[in-house]
Amino acid sequence: MASSFDVIVLGGGPAGYICAIRSAQLGISTAVVEQEKLGGVCVNIGCIPTKALLHSAYIASLLKESRDFGVEVSGVKTDYGVAMKRSRRVSDQNSKGVEFLMKKHKITVIKGTGVAQPGKKVKVGSDVHEAKKAVVIATGSRVKGIPQIGLEINKTTVISSDEALLLERVPDSLAIIGAGAVGMEFADIFQAFGVKVTLIEALPRILPIEDAEASDVLTKSYRKRGIDVIAGAKVTKATVGKDKVTLDVEAGGEKKQVTAAAVLMAAGRAVNTENIGLKECGIQLTDHGFIKVDKNLQTTAPGYYAIGDVAGPPMLAHKGFREGAVVAEFIAGQKPYPIKYDNVPSVTYCHPEVASIGLTEDQCKEKKLDYVAGKFPFSANGRARGTGETDGFVKILRDKKYGEILGAHIVGAHASEMIHELAVARENEYTVEEIDLAIHAHPTMSEAIGEAALDSLGRVLHI
Amino acid sequence: MATKVHMEALSPTMEEGRLVKWTKHEGDPVKSGDTLAEVETDKAVMELVARADGQLLKVMVPEGTTVPVGNVVAWIGKPGEKVDGDGAGAPAPKSQRSAVSGAREDKPAPAPPSASPRAAPSIPANPSPPIAPADATRVKASPLAKRLAKDAGVDLKLIQGSGPGGRVIKRDVEAAPTASAATASAAQAPAVPRTADRAPRTGVPYEDVPLTQIRKTIAKRLAASIGPIPHFFLTTEIDMERAVEAREALNQQLGEAGGKISFNDIIIKAVALALVQHRACNAWFQDDHIRYWNEVHIGMAVAIEDGLITPVIRNADQKNLREIGAESRELAGRARNRRLKPDEYTGATFSVSNLGMFDIDQFTAVINPPEAGIVAIGSIVAKAIPDGDRVVVRRRLRLTMSCDHRVIDGATGAVFLKTLKQMLENPLAMLL
Repeated sequence: MASSFDVIVLGGGPAGYICAIRSAQLGISTAVVEQEKLGGVCVNIGCIPTKALLHSAYIASLLKESRDFGVEVSGVKTDYGVAMKRSRRVSDQNSKGVEFLMKKHKITVIKGTGVAQPGKKVKVGSDVHEAKKAVVIATGSRVKGIPQIGLEINKTTVISSDEALLLERVPDSLAIIGAGAVGMEFADIFQAFGVKVTLIEALPRILPIEDAEASDVLTKSYRKRGIDVIAGAKVTKATVGKDKVTLDVEAGGEKKQVTAAAVLMAAGRAVNTENIGLKECGIQLTDHGFIKVDKNLQTTAPGYYAIGDVAGPPMLAHKGFREGAVVAEFIAGQKPYPIKYDNVPSVTYCHPEVASIGLTEDQCKEKKLDYVAGKFPFSANGRARGTGETDGFVKILRDKKYGEILGAHIVGAHASEMIHELAVARENEYTVEEIDLAIHAHPTMSEAIGEAALDSLGRVLHI
Repeated sequence: MATKVHMEALSPTMEEGRLVKWTKHEGDPVKSGDTLAEVETDKAVMELVARADGQLLKVMVPEGTTVPVGNVVAWIGKPGEKVDGDGAGAPAPKSQRSAVSGAREDKPAPAPPSASPRAAPSIPANPSPPIAPADATRVKASPLAKRLAKDAGVDLKLIQGSGPGGRVIKRDVEAAPTASAATASAAQAPAVPRTADRAPRTGVPYEDVPLTQIRKTIAKRLAASIGPIPHFFLTTEIDMERAVEAREALNQQLGEAGGKISFNDIIIKAVALALVQHRACNAWFQDDHIRYWNEVHIGMAVAIEDGLITPVIRNADQKNLREIGAESRELAGRARNRRLKPDEYTGATFSVSNLGMFDIDQFTAVINPPEAGIVAIGSIVAKAIPDGDRVVVRRRLRLTMSCDHRVIDGATGAVFLKTLKQMLENPLAMLL
């Protein structure tokens, strides 16, 4: 059965389902084509289940130290299978939540794999649906292996996050390749569940896109917990056995072998641009393989838009959310406020958390900006001392002349929640003075933000 | 009690100082003798030092502000001590866009005497604190945009904001100077908003407008191109038929009462009235700012035995033709006898040079700095002029304006000349 809609969205992940909801709000009839569960990678095999597992890991770590807090617990055992099942329930609830939202907004969900066709049509199975206004491509991305060195994902000894999220039992040892957000989070989770973790990063430091000082804190924290962190490392060869993998690693001029029961590939993602009819519709890709879009997220084929991971970096759910909403408004004839891609927060939910917005200090130096770094450590923050979460800091990079917040970096417990004060500030072009003028409640972790602002002005109070 | 920090006379001739930079900031501890700020005087950048110990409690004037000597610029006292934050009681500092009266001794052309009795106190100034200017609440702009605008000398009120709800944001301010460069006419340039306005007669003789970045660049590049004052010239031919008739009628009316009206008088009056409408041409170039005069003082070039002098008809726009005629004859007479007092040949805001009596058709006059313009008047000549299908004989005048391109752009001069031409072609317009 074929039908006609104003807008057809390919993909029911964060970008796609928000685009559908916003379209529906604007009175546009909308269909979403999804081959798996609604909510996409984020809800089902990404953001949401990992946050559930990270909380399990946090509880496990907390209990190990609970004696210091006057709470003695004996016989603490961890069971990854139980934690995994809980994380699945959380994911399923969220996916059902998206289903509910589709119904609430009277959005048609078409199950199957959509293929775009010329003339603003989308073929799902044998049905061809017509989009009167636009086809929006939001097909997302997937994990990728490194077949060149023998690390093709085989789902047993060479796994991706997809498999890691569904393990009944943890392996004895795990080598994680890639220390971006995914690698960092899984290292944190598996270490807490008793796995011997080796974290291997090709770039000179873990969390390479974050500020170098954030990497330093995390390297120290991970090593203290027993995670073997190898940065600036090149995996030259992988020998994949039946129940183990041996990696030849070169780091700092030294060669060594890392053997683990499994390898988790966390070295980037590939976009889903194949077999969805892009070429036939005249939709071009960039040199990096993303769909080429203009400032309104329209592809090289008029009437076809791309949002989310396929439309380019940063490949983050919240960037996809915003693109989904903006495209819906544009298709509806509105003039949406343009997205500020330099003001997308970046968050890694490892312990301690890392959250940032804007430029890193190294980027300020590269751009030869005249800046002042203001920094405040949580070790000097009353609330952090109370909870024993004194690792980390707040760092604000202030433009020397005008006080513009060029970048902000938080490492510490709850950093993911605290970064938004700085996101609001940057979005509204507040300077460090406005950050200071806003009264921060005491005692809170957020006070460190006010103090970092003051430090950038040479007026820090608590150190 | 807190101690006032005054703008001090840091050089013998200093009457005002530009606060270049605060080296101490609010809340900083200060000791007597500490440098508080760098002040640019008429001679050099000097240091303003503390005369008391304590804490710098309040800074009354933002950086970049020019402050008359004697005005309060800051307060020193004990931490937490209350000061008169609004600056009441302190003579108001001259904010960048507010006007003041008063002359500077070291300038080649002192302000007219009429200006000096009116002193500063009547000016309602806004002693904006360094952060969050008092009128900030009325402009929708981000805090960062406000700071950038203040530094760039851009008036936020004149910028179209591109943020939510028309809020002015960083990129709008950054785009502002470029936008003004794109528009050829100074009348449209957002950075010098009111120059083309009719000059308000509020008792304030002039308004100093800091040079915007674009204006600075124009000044530098054009000066480098053709010497200290980058001249350009605009010529127009004016039909004087009606002016000739008007002059004849007026002189007939005056009869033997004396004090005949000359063409020169009519031209001076017309120039003065046109300048009132085009303040952009009634200005002095002052290196780091442009002084837009609200008063009109016309310098009149008079040839004397060994040179040239320009006696000044003060407030020429407010004088009638008889007054202008009498004054110009009297001044010219004394000029030839070298009896002019210095204040009678200085302080013009614009000049007129007339060589019509020497049968010169057309010429270009050299600007008398710091004025930004001068008009050169040729002789009135009968010419055959096409009028529809016929050719008629009309008396015509060729007039050339020299403009200082650092102040006046082509279009700015052209619209002024258009008004002048209209006035001379229809002298009745001068009565409006």
